[in-house]
Order: sequence, then structure tokens, then C-alpha cells
Amino acid sequence: MMSDVLNPPQDNVAAPTVPLKPLGKVLAVTSGKGGVGKTFVSANLAAALAKRGHRVLVLDADLGLANLDVVLNLYPKVTLHDVFTGKAKLEEAIVRAPGGFSVLLAGSGMVEYSRLTPEVRDDFLRIMSGLIPHYDIVLLDTGAGISDVVLFAVSLASEILVVATPEPTSLTDAYATIKVLVGQQKRQNIRMVINQTARLGDGRAITTQLQQVLDRFVVTEPGRPIRLIHLGDIPSDPSVRQAIMRRQLLMQSTPGCPAAMAISLLAGKLEDTIIKQKA
Amino acid sequence: MIDLHDLRLDDARALLQHDASSSLPEPDESRTQYLQRVIDQLCELSLRDPLTGLANRRHFRHVLGREIDAVARSGESALLLMMDIDHFKKVNDTYGHLAGDRVLQAVAKALASCVRPMDTVARYGGEEFAAILPNCPPSFGKIVAERIRATVGSLNVLVAPLISLQVTISIGGAYAPEWVRSTTGLWTDRADIQLYRAKSEGRNRVYIDQQPEIAVSAEEKNMLFGHLSMGNPAWLESVSADAPVGAADSAMNRVN
Repeated sequence: MMSDVLNPPQDNVAAPTVPLKPLGKVLAVTSGKGGVGKTFVSANLAAALAKRGHRVLVLDADLGLANLDVVLNLYPKVTLHDVFTGKAKLEEAIVRAPGGFSVLLAGSGMVEYSRLTPEVRDDFLRIMSGLIPHYDIVLLDTGAGISDVVLFAVSLASEILVVATPEPTSLTDAYATIKVLVGQQKRQNIRMVINQTARLGDGRAITTQLQQVLDRFVVTEPGRPIRLIHLGDIPSDPSVRQAIMRRQLLMQSTPGCPAAMAISLLAGKLEDTIIKQKA
Repeated sequence: MIDLHDLRLDDARALLQHDASSSLPEPDESRTQYLQRVIDQLCELSLRDPLTGLANRRHFRHVLGREIDAVARSGESALLLMMDIDHFKKVNDTYGHLAGDRVLQAVAKALASCVRPMDTVARYGGEEFAAILPNCPPSFGKIVAERIRATVGSLNVLVAPLISLQVTISIGGAYAPEWVRSTTGLWTDRADIQLYRAKSEGRNRVYIDQQPEIAVSAEEKNMLFGHLSMGNPAWLESVSADAPVGAADSAMNRVN
């Protein structure tokens, strides 16, 4: 299966066009605004899912600005960039992260691919379709903003997880992102995680508020309403900052802290709704 | 101390003289001041296109590189326009190269008149021009490009007694990628694609690389945070408790 990725059939003349058909078991983690904990959530969610016995891959879909390496303290010699340029095989670029999951890092050279030419789309799509059969779930850690690369990465995912914090700027960007995804990709179901909440229930209230604004202002096709699914909150927790500063996964450094327990709960819900359904 | 007679300044002086700058020491100038002035004038000369007086390609590359770095850090919106005079070869073939030069000069002057002093207009090569517009909001980009197109289209260039020519210009534009480290090559490519599109779809038109529509109206914001001002204590606390300092600058707001 992996060799198909690297030696594609020659009759692939017809380049995939947008909108692409989403691939199975792929969760895009996106946010609009940067710095809301998108990569933190991706990495720790992956660790929590791995702990539950799933084969998990996190792919750094932030082609221009890789952060996953910093969060995980991983600096592999071979990256996605080497796969794109034919210097390495896909298997060689996949590394084992401390939390028991696999990681595919983009590498700084990937900035050259941040323009979505049909070739880049094809390469990306081919790599993704080769990877999926080997994992129970693939998490795409997308970049900040709503660039064409982010939208493309999200278009490959069957499920979307939007991470936001209670800050107005983060909520505005999350809202804008959802609007674009609904408008361009006709997305209906979007999962929400509210990070850094101050008290129980805040996250749900925020998701409800977002849903009401969407219902009021975003026109969708009849019978295709937008549904925000509140996956859960991650409470504000000093352990998070400590883990990030130490460049450790929260799930490993302080697995019993409130934020880590909240992430375990999120993993359980994802397991029920995505992994088990599609298996 | 440098003795000016030991230096071979003749070539430099000839260049500067040709460029109508004063190339000899002024009576009140020290030798250091004079040399500094010669160096400054030579630098200035090396950055300009001799025919049109616009920035040359070397200068353009330098400014573009600086701008793309600034945008990656600030998230500010910067626009690059690539512009090409339509059917310019026909002008050269029909009226000669001198006439062609007149047209280039007139178009260059028109371009410079359409932009702000902070913008950089360059002769990219042949009949192709480029403009870098830092801090250019998306709503402004299309307006300025259309203004350039209309201004060039309204020119009457006197190329010989009783012969005045009219030309049009095709314009392609792209905004610098925000929040990502990128390369100037990718940026110019995107603008070039739009220029090619303008050419292939009939010329004398403007195409700008479209960014996704991500505007959030005041009404929507009001509903999103309306209860903030109504003083819902739980919400206020949750908003203020962990908001990192300096986080108020929203990526999306800056894009808008």
C-alpha cells in the first residue's frame, strides 16, 4: 500500500478538482486565529487517542509554518519536504512521537509548496490516500488563517474540529472560518472545542452563541443547516503552560490535571463518533 | 587622509554627469562629504531604470524581499501589481523604438502618479512594470489598479509631430501571503498568473488574486459579543481571565 504512494500509476492525468471528496477518518483541526492552542490540542488529543489503543497520525498540514516540531520537541532529519522532492520515502518521514502516535512533519522547506499548484494538490492527495489505510485516524494540524493551503487541507478531511478560546478575537475568527467552510465546502457538521475556559459551562454557552449567530446570518441550502457540535471545553490550567514550556505533552507530564482529563474526555467522544462509526 | 587625485573617479563622474547630477566637488564640501555624495549618487543610479526613472529590477527585488518579510511578521496586507502594456511590439514595429521609448516614459509617469509615495513602482523589463503597495487593504487594491488602468488608457503620447498614440495596460495582482514565511518567487508567480489571465481574456483589464471572503459584519460581531456589554459576569470573567496580553490583534481582522 505504501509503495502505491511513492509509485503512483501513470494514468493520473486527471488532476483532482475542488471540492475534493473528503477522505475517511481524517479530522482537520483548525481555528482561524493563531495561538489558540490548535497544535497543542492536536498533539495531546493524538496522545489521548493513542492511549486508547488507536493508531494515530498527526500531519503537519501547516506547510509554511511548522509548529508541531516545537511542541513535540522533535527534529527529524527527514520531513514531508524530502518526500515531495523525492529525496526520501514516505515511510522514512514518519516519526514516532513521545505520546505513542505517529507524526509527519512538513519541514521548513515546504514553504515552496505553499502555492497550491495542481502538482502540490496531487502530491498531497496521493500521500494522504496512502497514509489513511495505515491509521485509525489522521489529524491534520492546519495553519492559522484561511489561506488556500488551509482550505485545501480541510477539504481533505471528513471531520472538522474548530478550536477557539473565549476571547472575542478568537471567536470572530472561528466564526469567520466556519462561514467560509460552510460557503465554500458546504460543510454541515463542525465540532467545537473551547480552550482555556474559566468555568464549567462557558464552552457550551459559547458554542450555542456561535450557532445562533450562524443561524441568523448564514444562509444555507434548504434542508442543510449548519450544526455546531460542542465536543467539550479544555479548562484554563497552569499545567498547560508548564508542559508547553518544557516541550512535553500534557498527557505525559501531568495526565491527572484538569486540562489533561478534559482532553481524555474529548478523545473518548471522538472515538465514539468518528473512529467507531467509520470502522 | 584620502587624496582625491589618487582615486580614479573619472568613470563615476562621467556617469553622474550623464545623469545630470553635479559630479565635481562643491567649494564648501570636504573630501569625505564629496566622496559620500558620489557614492550616494552612484547607489541611487544603480537602483533606477535609466529610461523611465522608475525603480529598476534590482531595486524592485530588494523592496519585494523586504516587504514579504514585513508581511510575514505583521500580517499587514501588501499588494503586488504586475503590469504590461498591451500590443507594445506593434508600437515599436510601426513607429520605431524612439516612439516606443516615449510610450514607456509616459506610461511610467502615469503609473507613478497613481500610487502613494510609500509605494514602489518599477520597470520590470521591456514593457512590463511592477508596483509594490505596502499596507494596502483589499478594498483599496482593486481601486488603485483600476485607476492605473484608466489613467494609462486615457494617455495621448506624442511620438512624432501630429502623431499621438493611445495604449492600454493589463494588470495582474496578488496580496502577499500573510502569516506564512514565503518567497518572493511565489508572490510574483501569483501576480503573473493574474496578469496572464488579464491578457488572455482580452487585455486592458485588471485581475487580482482573490482571497476568501471572510468579512464579519458589525451586526454579526454585535450578536457574537452583545452580551459582553450587557455585563454577563460569567462571560466577562471567562474572556478576561486568560486572555494573553497582546492577543487582541486578530488574524482575521488584520486580513480585513
